Amino acid sequence: MSTPPSSPVQSFEAAAADSPQHVAEFDQGQSSFIQKFQHALHVTPSLVPLIVLLMSIAIFGLLLGSKFFSPFAMTLILQQVGIVGIVACAQSVVILTAGIDLSVGAIMVLSSVVMGQFTFRYGLPPVMGVACGLICGTLCGYINGWLIARMKLPPFIVTLGMWQIVLASNFLYSANETIRSQDIAANAAFLQFFGEKFKVGGAVFTYGVIFMVLLVLVLAYVLRHTAWGRHVYAVGDDPEAAELAGVNVNRTLISVYMLSGLICAFAGWALIGRIGSVSPTSGQLANIESITAVVIGGISLFGGRGSILGTFFGALIVGVFTLGLRLLGADAQWTYLLIGVLIIAAVAVDQWIRKVSV
Amino acid sequence: MEPILKARGLVKRYGKVTALDHCDFDLMPGEILAVIGDNGAGKSTLIKAISGAVTPDEGTVELEGKPIQFASPIEAREAGIETVYQTLAMSPALSIADNMFMGRELRRPGWRGKYLRQLDRPKMEKIARDKLSELGLMTIQNINQAVETLSGGQRQGVAVARAAAFGSKVIILDEPTAALGVKESRKVLELILDVKSRGIPIILISHNMPHVFEVADRIHVHRLGRRLCVIDPKQHEMADAVAYMTGAKVPEAEMEGA
Repeated sequence: MSTPPSSPVQSFEAAAADSPQHVAEFDQGQSSFIQKFQHALHVTPSLVPLIVLLMSIAIFGLLLGSKFFSPFAMTLILQQVGIVGIVACAQSVVILTAGIDLSVGAIMVLSSVVMGQFTFRYGLPPVMGVACGLICGTLCGYINGWLIARMKLPPFIVTLGMWQIVLASNFLYSANETIRSQDIAANAAFLQFFGEKFKVGGAVFTYGVIFMVLLVLVLAYVLRHTAWGRHVYAVGDDPEAAELAGVNVNRTLISVYMLSGLICAFAGWALIGRIGSVSPTSGQLANIESITAVVIGGISLFGGRGSILGTFFGALIVGVFTLGLRLLGADAQWTYLLIGVLIIAAVAVDQWIRKVSV
Repeated sequence: MEPILKARGLVKRYGKVTALDHCDFDLMPGEILAVIGDNGAGKSTLIKAISGAVTPDEGTVELEGKPIQFASPIEAREAGIETVYQTLAMSPALSIADNMFMGRELRRPGWRGKYLRQLDRPKMEKIARDKLSELGLMTIQNINQAVETLSGGQRQGVAVARAAAFGSKVIILDEPTAALGVKESRKVLELILDVKSRGIPIILISHNMPHVFEVADRIHVHRLGRRLCVIDPKQHEMADAVAYMTGAKVPEAEMEGA
């Protein structure tokens, strides 16, 4: 230290001079297995849902044998979680900013209705219809983002309102009218693009499933390896700190909700492929199911923690439970019950990981 | 010697309250200038006016002789003025390297940076590690560990290192030792002297008189929205400073504006 110890100013610290000079060193090694495990979970939050996923596949595989443990059943799960998986990606990005998007399902349905109606009512080429649907979804997301970032309204309230507004617009605009699957297949097969299947051995894939997997990989890359992705985490962690550190918080938030709207519109397109028709009454549970996947996937509802891979695993866990229990012949309510248990367990694990920051 | 940062006649009013009342301010090159003042004296408004967080109603600020006007802290940062806020402005869940480069990330050269917008992690980590070791903070083992796993002193160290890494002209430290224990405060004070030895001038806002008297070259005493006097810590007692600050004693005329 540069100041001489005789300085009267500093004499009160003299007593501390002989004490150990280390300021909070890092204790590495000799940690118990539990601590190491907790540390691994803290660093890689998607590990928990991955373990649960592998265990549930193993258990159902043992109980059901080849009926469950086949390429066909495995890819069937992927197809069944396809729509929820895509919507859950949108939900994940929003929840990472400590927000929530209750309007995802409504935006998805409105976008699919716009795609169908623009093609059939106004005679646009299907590609243009899809493009208009994607723009519609992005626009809904922009309204959400603008209200949250600029007007400083809570995301829960904004998206709760938008959920009702978008859903009502959807019914008013479509006049509650379904476009039949045969008509789409005959006149605008492009709308059903994501529903097309191809086989690899016994496995059946749809383009929607491929899209979901690609979306997860792209988002995982963007969130981890670009400045924008780091800003999403920083905004979710502590928006004021992010602002002072030089992040444009409002722009990040608006872009996040716009991206969420765009992904929901893609989910709307995939929805047409999945159910074949354009129906304004479909996909009503998408918001709750997407939040379920996100929570089981280990993304913290308080923002800033978790990964998109976790969400993907979370969606698959729900798919595995649903199919596995159905094949076992159990009452469908058992699925809901177990998923409820999983949600609470996932949040408990999240709290445990956070409690001791290791 | 010309001041590196000079403010003249700064006025800032919040409704009927005048937080800054024709305040002057001078920071000399290479010095540590402490700013002390009672609560409500207008210290933080003064600092905010310099760091771009508030825009003064009247008055001028000059950096190296050139008039400047900042609309946001980001603009001040681009001009080379870095502020370490009392809250540190860090994202606890992100790594040390991520935090140091928050808002000014480096992208990879070539197509991966241009089209994929990929961050240059190796380079960011290397710079972060170098900056921390320069300041003797490499008890921090892993540059990728989350900031929330650091102690208070280490976090403060990372925040100071971030400012020292990017603050080319002026570094402002707002109450850097307020939340720290005795030993951690010591580390941070050593860090401040270390940054000074690199020739970067520092503005230190603090309530801790022993710390101020230990490291400061000059002390700016702020009272009732303006500069009351500037004192030399070697020629004054702490009791004097406190007396000036609270108005119990009036400084001699020649010290004003010194």
